[in-house]
Formats: sequence, structure tokens, C-alpha cells
Amino acid sequence: MSPELINMILWSTLDTLTMVALAGIFGTLAGLPLGIFLATSRAGELFPAPNVNRLLGLVVNATRSTPFIILVVAIVPLTRLIAGTSIGTSAAVVPLTIAATPFIARVIEGAIREVDQGLVEAARAFGASPLQIVWKVLLPEAMPAVTLALTLATVSLIGYSAMVGAVGGGGLGDLGIRYGYQRFMPEVMATVVAVLICLVQGVQSLGDFISRRLDKRTRHS
Amino acid sequence: MPVLDPQDPGQQGRAIISFDGVSKIFPSRKDSAEVKAVDTINLVVPEGAIVGVIGKSGAGKSTLIRLINGLEQPTRGKVTVDGLDIGSLDEKALRQARRSIGMIFQHFNLLSSRTAFDNIALPLEIAGTPRKDIKGIVEPLLDMVGLADKRDRYPAELSGGQKQRVGIARALATKPKVLLSDEATSALDPETTAQIIALLKQINADLNLTILFITHEMSVVKKLAQRVAVMEGGQIIEQGTTYEIFSKPTHATTKRFVGEVTGGNVPEWLQSKLLADYAPGRQAVIRIAFTGADADEPVLSRLTRAYGVDFNIMHGQIEYVVDHPFGTLIASVAAEPELQAKLIADLTATRNTVEHLGYVA
Repeated sequence: MSPELINMILWSTLDTLTMVALAGIFGTLAGLPLGIFLATSRAGELFPAPNVNRLLGLVVNATRSTPFIILVVAIVPLTRLIAGTSIGTSAAVVPLTIAATPFIARVIEGAIREVDQGLVEAARAFGASPLQIVWKVLLPEAMPAVTLALTLATVSLIGYSAMVGAVGGGGLGDLGIRYGYQRFMPEVMATVVAVLICLVQGVQSLGDFISRRLDKRTRHS
Repeated sequence: MPVLDPQDPGQQGRAIISFDGVSKIFPSRKDSAEVKAVDTINLVVPEGAIVGVIGKSGAGKSTLIRLINGLEQPTRGKVTVDGLDIGSLDEKALRQARRSIGMIFQHFNLLSSRTAFDNIALPLEIAGTPRKDIKGIVEPLLDMVGLADKRDRYPAELSGGQKQRVGIARALATKPKVLLSDEATSALDPETTAQIIALLKQINADLNLTILFITHEMSVVKKLAQRVAVMEGGQIIEQGTTYEIFSKPTHATTKRFVGEVTGGNVPEWLQSKLLADYAPGRQAVIRIAFTGADADEPVLSRLTRAYGVDFNIMHGQIEYVVDHPFGTLIASVAAEPELQAKLIADLTATRNTVEHLGYVA
């Protein structure tokens, strides 16, 4: 492989990492509160607003059921509004964030719903406010599951990021399509796939490690 | 009039918790009818007392205890704690009031992500206690419940009894006036249960902390309560001092609960052998319940001498409640119906409760 190609693979990896990291951060910033709200706003819960809960649930489901590639194209005007352009790596962050947010919200909702309701009752019994229950009880107790959920979301984002190449976003997916596929360079395709596998493995292992460290539910010997 | 136990501290002190015609009705839903969980309850808990509420599951005792700290709001009536009408408080005032009402739970409800120390500190953090003061409150509590060496352990590293001790320390962190116990010993083995009961009694004595507990186990009532209320179908069907309830249970459900401890319930093997009618050669089966002062009378040997009959003891048990012996003896005796009537009349003349259960072949 020529040095230029290696250089391109390195830059593409960096692009992918940038897109995934930015979309992951923005997606978490939006998805975490949304997930907490979804997990606590049914009738009889901490912030009862069953109608808003249903409405947001519908929006989340609609976004999640739209194929990513269609989402990317459909929100081009919005992308242009936010990023100033509709092509390139920074533009790709917009659809990635929009796809990641409902996904993260749902997995975080699941993680929080797993927390034993007895803990919520205990916290109420000693005078905690709903917000204190979220910060002091639900989030810390859900942290191991939230970490795994965010890991899952990051892995999905790595997959999604390979698709934004189709609309001029950069990254490994774009490189693989343009060189590996369109210019018949199987060694580039193979390298791209290998790098993606390593990234996913790395993210998953890191997530598992952090989650295990946070989880105090089993005895440590 | 029921006999009052002069040693019962539960009769003294002002009311710290009172239920005034309280009902809690859960409205009907799509798949269930309306439920009257608590039905027109009147109950007074004197300050410094240990009061037990016993009932089977579904009797409404969980709802009853949750009405005290406002986790449930009454449909009708008034619940007062330390002069505060719990139902009239807004959310903020209610949260404030809950800090003076501690609660412990059957499944402990400790945060798995916090150590023993941090679990006990949680109510203080929530109450806004300055961080520098927390240590000075939590450490004496750890000492008090005997867990100073488990300070930095996570709940997963503690036994059930130790977890409940953390739960008790946590409930006491905000210096409550009342401690509510929701089946706190039901998930524990008998030995650990005894230790937790001893700890609760010690806390009651040391801090003059009022304790109201709910349970389905009469043995816990026997060891812990000074006063008892028996619940069934959302209502309190009987209440009094522990001694009164054990010595003169009137309601069938209460009798069954008392029988669990005093052995008054006829064992199954005997129940299946009992016959209703007399026939020659059959022996009469009688149950004698000893209550309190009469338990040390030599009843059977006296009858043996007076009537020349032999008793065959089939089942017996004796337990101490509030330092008084309570017991049951089920015995069979070979006697003609006429002599039987005499024996039973004789026994009834003493203060023991005698019952003719039937015959065995």
C-alpha cells in the first residue's frame, strides 16, 4: 500500500472517530434527559405527564424507524442550517446526532426502568424530591446499565458513520466505498473493515470494563 | 373491660400517630374492581410505644403504614403525626415531615452503588446537611447498629441482617420521632430476626423512639410489640396490649394468629383423626389453653387424682409473652360422656380455657 493510502486511512479513521465522538456527545446530551423523562413521566411516576410521554414516545419511535440513509437525505435543509453545509464530516454529525438521540433515549429509559422501585419508595420515604431521586438514586443505580447502553449506542454510531459517506461525509465508510469498491482496491476495503472491527472491539471492551467497575451488585473477591 | 397490663408503657404518653376514621380506596381500573385497602380505621400510637399491626397479605397493613408518611393519601379521614395533619401538607411540607418519620423495609432498599456509610448518609445529603457534619452523624450510627467495621462495604458484601442494620441506621440518620417498619424481619432467618428485634427494642428504649411495625408473623409481635392491632379486610378487627391480645383473643383470625405462637392450633395429623361422635372405646380430646397466671397450676395431675382417669398428652406448647407463660395442651382421656362433662366443668371452673375438640378411636 502506498504511503498516500495509509495516510488516507489514518485521516479517515480520525474523521470517523470525530463524527462518532461528536454525535455521541451531542446525542447523549439530548438523549440522557429525554431518556430520564421517558422513564419517569408515565401516570403515577415521578414527573407524571402521560400525554407528553406518549407524544415523545411516538416521535422517538418515528425517528428510530426511519432508515438512516433516508433520514440523512430528508434533513439536508436542517443540516445546512446547523452546519452551514450539507456535505463533509461536520455536516454528517447532524444526522448522526439526530439518529443517535432517540436511540440513546430508549436505552437509557430501559436502564433506568431496571432500577428497583423499592429504592424510589425508600428515597420518597425519607423526603427526597423527584429531582433528588433522579440524581441521587436512579442515575447512580442505573450507571452500569447506562454505560452499557452508551457503549451500544457508540457501536451503532460507528456503523451509521460508514453510511454518511454516501452524502459526502468523510470517514472510513466513505473511503471503503470510493477506493475499495468503486476503484477495485480490495486491500483498502479489507483495511477499512479491519480498522472498523478494531474500533468496535475497543469501544465494547472499554464499555464493558467501565460498567463492571461501576457495578457493585456482585461481590468482589 | 379488658385487663390492662400496668407495666405496659404503651398506655402512657401522648398520641404521636393517630388515625381518625381513615379509609383508602383505590379506584377501579379496566381490569380490577375498586379496592378498599383501608376501611374506617381508628388507631392511636402513644409516644415511645412499640405497636405492631398484624394481618395476612392483602389485609391492608402496607397501605396503612404508607398513610403515615404520606406515600399514600387517605380517601377519607385524617392521619396525624406529631400534631401534623399529613393529608393537608403540600409536597414540600410533606417532604420535610418525612424527615422525622424513618422507615425500614422488608427488602432493605439500599442503594447497591453506595457503601454502608454512604447509604446512611443519603437522607442527610437529601436534607441538605453540610458535608462536614455528615461524618459525625453517620459514624455513631454505624457503631450503634454494630457495623463500624463494615463502613466501606457495599450492600452486596453484607448479609441480610447487616443490610437491615444499615437500613435501620439510615432511617435514624435524620433523627426521626417515629420509625415505621414494613415487614423488616420477614426476609430474615429466625436468628437474625431475633437480633434485629433486639436492636429495635434497644433503640426504642435508648432514644424513646416510637416504633410502628407491620408483620404477618405473630412471633414477631410476641417479641417486639407492646400493643397490637389485628387487621383483616382493611379493618382493625381487634386491638389492645400484647398481653390482652394473647390472653383473650376474641376474633377468629386473632385466635389463629395467637394459636400460631401458643400452639393452640390443632396439628394436622390430629385434625385428620378427630371424630365427631362418641362411641364406646373412643377417647375424648380436649384442649386446655393456659393463659398467664394459671399456667403453673398442676391441672392434669389434680384431675387424675380426683377422678381416677388417665390423660394421654397429644400436643403441647408453652411460650412466654410479656413475661407471662402462655400454653396449650391437647390431651385425650378415656371417660364416659358423663364423666367427660364433669371433667370439662371442673377444668372450666379454673381460669383456663377448655374446649372439647372431639374423639379419637
